[in-house]
Amino acid sequence: MSRRIVVPGEPLPPNVVVREREHDYVYEQDGRKYAAVVGVLEERSGTTVFIPLQSIYVPRPGDIVIGLVVSVGILNWYVDINSPYTAVLTVSDYLGRPYNPQVDELSKYLPVGTYLKAKIAAFDKTRNPLLTVQEEGLGRISEGKIVEVDPAKIPRVIGKKGSMLSMLKEETGCDIFAAVNGRIHVRCSNPEMEPIVVLAIRMIEEQAHTFGLTDRVKKYIEELKSARGVR
Amino acid sequence: MGKAEVKLIREDGLRHDGRRPDEMRPVRMEIGVLHNSDGSALVSYGRTTVLAAVYGPREPPQRFMILPDRALLRVRYHMAPFSTSERKSPAPSRREIELSKVIREAFEDIVLTHLYPRTAIDVFIEVLQADGGTRTVAVTAASLALADAGIPMKALVAGVAVGKVEGVLVLDVDELEDGSGEADLPIAGAPDIGKITLFQLNGVLTDEELKAGVDMAWKTIQRLVEMEKEVLRSKYMVEAR
Repeated sequence: MSRRIVVPGEPLPPNVVVREREHDYVYEQDGRKYAAVVGVLEERSGTTVFIPLQSIYVPRPGDIVIGLVVSVGILNWYVDINSPYTAVLTVSDYLGRPYNPQVDELSKYLPVGTYLKAKIAAFDKTRNPLLTVQEEGLGRISEGKIVEVDPAKIPRVIGKKGSMLSMLKEETGCDIFAAVNGRIHVRCSNPEMEPIVVLAIRMIEEQAHTFGLTDRVKKYIEELKSARGVR
Repeated sequence: MGKAEVKLIREDGLRHDGRRPDEMRPVRMEIGVLHNSDGSALVSYGRTTVLAAVYGPREPPQRFMILPDRALLRVRYHMAPFSTSERKSPAPSRREIELSKVIREAFEDIVLTHLYPRTAIDVFIEVLQADGGTRTVAVTAASLALADAGIPMKALVAGVAVGKVEGVLVLDVDELEDGSGEADLPIAGAPDIGKITLFQLNGVLTDEELKAGVDMAWKTIQRLVEMEKEVLRSKYMVEAR
């Protein structure tokens, strides 16, 4: 297995594999493929994979995202989803019942600054994305911490077949949800564990493209736990 | 010694600052110098120093600016009031507005704007110290800042100016050579895709001189783009310690 860093304009091998969300970071010209952003070219067992080191989150219907309410309209909320496009959540979707703006106020339910977990209901780049919370587990986030990383690092935070995420959960006993838009919700029964998870995520973000990261992160968490006397 | 007494080409064939005619000034490139921007770069060719910051793609500040099929690329070239020996008014001058347009056009065919319709990508270029060739240093800095911001682009771009002083073609003209020379030929391009994206000529050159000048600039642009690549790679090499 070998890795090297490629930069915009560098030719890529014709059989290069690009992860599903990351086709925008490779372009084709005259039948040849080129990198459009700085990324890592990784050869593993006969295939070459291009992994961008940074990415811009473009919503897709069905994505579960963590949003931040940035403003309140008359019949909807405007939600920042760490993307160039601000999402919209309608009052009828959130409340699921008739709503009268003359007697009720939206900011009572989701004031500006609230985080929420939602699903992208519709998006096609011609209109801003529409959110829905009408599913189990979606809605307002009322406890825990939100950590923001580059969306390109999310697959690394999750790890191969979820290895990194399950190691983090096992080592810290926290509930961790990594959303595709680069926001991670950390909820710990022991509040002293939260900063340890945040530091571990920061380490993954900084060293995402290096080898043997899961073991190093595990060691780092153990060191932090013993230094802080957290169990 | 008065300005008029300076000989631009010395008797030994070297330039007033001791460079050979085809020699660049020392080049310095650094990326990620600003924390608040999505991408940034600080580039110097000798004493000319330019800072570039990139923001976006993000929502355009005004709805009427929205382009339905691509991102709006906005470039602002500006010279700091302290960048010249005499104070420069901070208000955008006619020259700065024109250079903003020229630099924007140098990137319009490079940045993959169709990927982010209805958004805006902002490039702010601030000349911190001017000693000739600011537009070409600005292009190099903008290219690095765009790559640092992770904005998809076809290739890296770099720029350099070729001048003619006392009948000799010289590479990377400084303020003195620009002011007293016979011609100035700033060129920027993306060697990886074989495209020239900025081409201006101030003064008069013969056909042969123009060809030789473009050739000289192109070879230098190739070297500058290799330097840009090295700077981008080394950012992640350091992090991978």
